[in-house]
Amino acid sequence: MLPVTEGARRPADGTSTDRGGPPGVRPVVDTPSGLRAKDLLSISDLSTDEILLILDTAEAMKEVGTRTIKKVPTLRGQTVVNLFFEASTRTRTSFEIAEKRLSADTLNVAATGSSVAKGETLADTVRNLEAMAPDMIVLRHASAGAGHLAARLCRARVINAGDGMHEHPTQALLDALTIRQRKGRVEGLKVSIIGDLLHSRVLRSNVLLLRALGAEVCACGPATLMLPDMARLGVRATTSVDEAVEGADVIMLLRIQLERMRGYFFPSQREYFRQFGMTMARLRRAKPDVIIMHPGPMNRGVEIASEVADGPDSVILAQVANGVAVRMAVLYLLAGARQEERGS
Amino acid sequence: MPVVMASDQVARTITRIAHEIVERNRTLDDVALVGIRTRGVPIARRLSSVLHDITGATVPTGVLDITLYRDDLMRHPVGPQPVLRKTEIDFSIDDQRILLVDDVLYTGRTIRAALDALIDFGRPRSIELAVLVDRGHRELPIKADYVGKNLPTSLRESVRVRLEEVEGLDEVVLEHASGH
Repeated sequence: MLPVTEGARRPADGTSTDRGGPPGVRPVVDTPSGLRAKDLLSISDLSTDEILLILDTAEAMKEVGTRTIKKVPTLRGQTVVNLFFEASTRTRTSFEIAEKRLSADTLNVAATGSSVAKGETLADTVRNLEAMAPDMIVLRHASAGAGHLAARLCRARVINAGDGMHEHPTQALLDALTIRQRKGRVEGLKVSIIGDLLHSRVLRSNVLLLRALGAEVCACGPATLMLPDMARLGVRATTSVDEAVEGADVIMLLRIQLERMRGYFFPSQREYFRQFGMTMARLRRAKPDVIIMHPGPMNRGVEIASEVADGPDSVILAQVANGVAVRMAVLYLLAGARQEERGS
Repeated sequence: MPVVMASDQVARTITRIAHEIVERNRTLDDVALVGIRTRGVPIARRLSSVLHDITGATVPTGVLDITLYRDDLMRHPVGPQPVLRKTEIDFSIDDQRILLVDDVLYTGRTIRAALDALIDFGRPRSIELAVLVDRGHRELPIKADYVGKNLPTSLRESVRVRLEEVEGLDEVVLEHASGH
């Protein structure tokens, strides 16, 4: 019997009508029904089962967005701070819509117009926010590991919304959800990621996730923008776009991140487009049912031609739509993380 | 482990509830069934099928997952976090007479959550409740309109409903909680 204080007494995993077992002992379940970690900082923190749990939960969350009243009371009374130290439209909006659809109280803190502009350190900003007892902090920062630092400093659960050139876990999750919806699976697909590999947190998160789900990943970009240890991550690296596109099920294009570039990596944007830009002509080498992805913001005429971005194979806007569902899933799953595993 | 309802009894009970629904409703034109996940769903589908056999009417049947409306999500229960599954109500519930269907009625908290969830989909003319088993111990002012079997239980017992579609066989078993 569950203790009387437990609410609806409905079994959480739906496998039995009335769950037995002594109180205080967690029943053994084969698949996880929640996340183990307090925070979502890196895809490497997630087991494959946890990744699939997030994707399945997101699949169910999509339905909320189709209703006339796009709101459920799940996170009522929970406060979520969106702390963005870097420019963002898509990710911040997506998180905010996800939070509001789950009835959380949200507030946005941007670097400009806050005490950060007055020289406060990240640690002090996080400690001060923590003193106001938010339940979750969604953090974007230009430095790798910013989320890890914040998570150590506070009891609030921290979601990494992009930390420098390190990781962007919710982006990789929404990419995987989009691939799974379009292809029915991720395992065994050839996914080619083309563009600015060196500066891309989207690449790092995607490689970890796609490899965990059994995709074959190929990374392609100029030699100057290549990552050194791709082979160790189980990724085939090439500087030939034609080789990357050949037989690809999924082509993911990455933005040339001029703002992160210190030094010269290629002669000009026009030169880059000629060598690596995705055009209809290049695309012919891919599988006929290839899908084109881009995490945004796109630079048309640099990494992707407009005819490809707006073409029939593009799922770029579906990615954005899935972003809300994935973030709802992550917020819900972290909010429900069990007490003894919080604040550790 | 006393079996309180065997396979044939489960089938007969569902058929009986369907007949009661027909008796109490002049027409089924504006009636829709909504099964609560997990085991309310197959029961709702079976009811719909029996109603079709009796009257020839096709009663729309939806699926409701109440996870996002639970009152214990943030209370960190001992058990695992509930797994969210899809809600599928692909018809308008506005001005419909909705019959909620679940397997066991116990504290009433699931039904409270289901009522909140349904209201977010529209404004039904009425909502009624059908359950296979009512085991008592209500914590909220909720009662069922159609009851398959009233089963007096103690809080130390648990009621297990097994259904062909979920577990591969139909039966209702009363179990004594083990270990304490």
